[in-house]
Amino acid sequence: MSAGDMNLTLKVWRQKNKKTEGKIETYQVAGISPDMSFLEMFDVLNEQLISEGKEPIAFDHDCREGICGMCSMYINGRPHGPKGGITTCQLHMRSFNDGDTIVVEPWRAQAFPVIKDLVVDRTAFDRIQAAGGFISVNTGNAQDANSIPISKEDADEAFAAAACIGCGACVAACKNASAMLFVSAKVSQFALLPQGQPERKMRVERMVAQMDEEGFGSCTNTGACSAECPKEISLEHIARLNREYLGAKLTSQGV
Amino acid sequence: MSWLTQTLTSSIGKKLVMALTGLFLCSFLLVHMSGNLQLFKNDNGLAFNVYAVFMTTNPLVKTISYGLYAFILLHAFEGLYLAAQNRKARGNQRYVVYNGKANSSWFSRNMAILGTVLLVFIVVHMSNFWFEYKFGYVPYTQYEQSLATGEVTSTPFEGEIKGKMEEFVREESQTRVVIVKDLYRSVMEGFKNPLLVLFYVIAMFAVSFHLVHGFQSAFQTLGINHPKYNPLLNFLGAGVFGIIIPVGFALMPLYFFFKSM
Repeated sequence: MSAGDMNLTLKVWRQKNKKTEGKIETYQVAGISPDMSFLEMFDVLNEQLISEGKEPIAFDHDCREGICGMCSMYINGRPHGPKGGITTCQLHMRSFNDGDTIVVEPWRAQAFPVIKDLVVDRTAFDRIQAAGGFISVNTGNAQDANSIPISKEDADEAFAAAACIGCGACVAACKNASAMLFVSAKVSQFALLPQGQPERKMRVERMVAQMDEEGFGSCTNTGACSAECPKEISLEHIARLNREYLGAKLTSQGV
Repeated sequence: MSWLTQTLTSSIGKKLVMALTGLFLCSFLLVHMSGNLQLFKNDNGLAFNVYAVFMTTNPLVKTISYGLYAFILLHAFEGLYLAAQNRKARGNQRYVVYNGKANSSWFSRNMAILGTVLLVFIVVHMSNFWFEYKFGYVPYTQYEQSLATGEVTSTPFEGEIKGKMEEFVREESQTRVVIVKDLYRSVMEGFKNPLLVLFYVIAMFAVSFHLVHGFQSAFQTLGINHPKYNPLLNFLGAGVFGIIIPVGFALMPLYFFFKSM
């Protein structure tokens, strides 16, 4: 990694495990290149901590190309940092200035307990998905694509919803820690396509029930989620989720 | 739990209750505004006082008004309950640095605070006028309106009448005589107090901010977010409920305050 000339002060949330109290610790890093990603800067800091005989900072990361949804840092009061439409791993140090102080915290939500340092437990999202975020099909040969016509608008809209990587930035950004943008994306991608129709009502009822059970807050339409979403999922999906849910509740067979 | 209670107590259901009661309260503001515009009429309050009698005696209006009180309470307490629940959803450890203004407007994040200001305002406002009119002492005024020119003269009325209003036509002088409880005078007297006027004006800022977010948020909750209708909803939310309504209401105390100087 090429050495640079940025010197930074990092204030990072350190927490041993779920049960202990955490606190902010201050670290200095020197020689940071503006071309490094934010996570690479953390790698440098961790190398430094290891060489000092200290515990490195635990943080989630995997693909480091913005599609896996693992990285989850709350940087200077915003999920995934100051730039729009990107994940933490796509954030580069050129977005900061030499001498900056950067505060890094984990996602904060009752439903996302901190496991260690900057790593939070996001299995609440998995349970919401398992409650209904799927389609049941008997697999076999894929049929001819032209046998189910789908309008370009619907295909585009479903694809835009399916771009959600489930990182949880929406929950982290929302003042209510609401998971509505995530759930709305997952419901929309199926509600818009023919394959999603058979389980359409049951899906939305179950996913919303699970969302409530996990202890996420309710939506007050501030728009913070969409503004911070690395995949720029639109608030229109939340409107659709509301329609789908209320419509399903009024008409489904579930009494 | 029946499916209906289960729906209305889900997170989306609670928002639905907030949206529907909120929109009902918005429609009330339109009625309240259009009725109260009669305060600006240059007739010593004749039209306004007659209107006040209608609004407090007509059985249909009375029925709707009880619904209104219930919806105000439901909207306020469900809102406060949701705010507490949403605060809890963040968890015990808050963010050390929180940059909310980077992604959302101040008023959208503080609907509960704005709403609490409005609840206090409603209590003060109702005890000022509604309570006084219904349970307190409001003197009577006798109006004489010339049927030919429409010109109105008024004198305090000391005697007793049945109910809130008596109206007859005096054939010999061709005048319409109305003896009515003079709420207009209470309004005029009340708004001589600069502190009360200031409180009303501040409350109207709260109305504006609360509705700029609340009106369009209610439609979003109802699932209405569509390029064909959003321009209209944005105009109604920001233009009508964000500017015209609160400015119109704020002008009423200001009008009486400056008139009394």
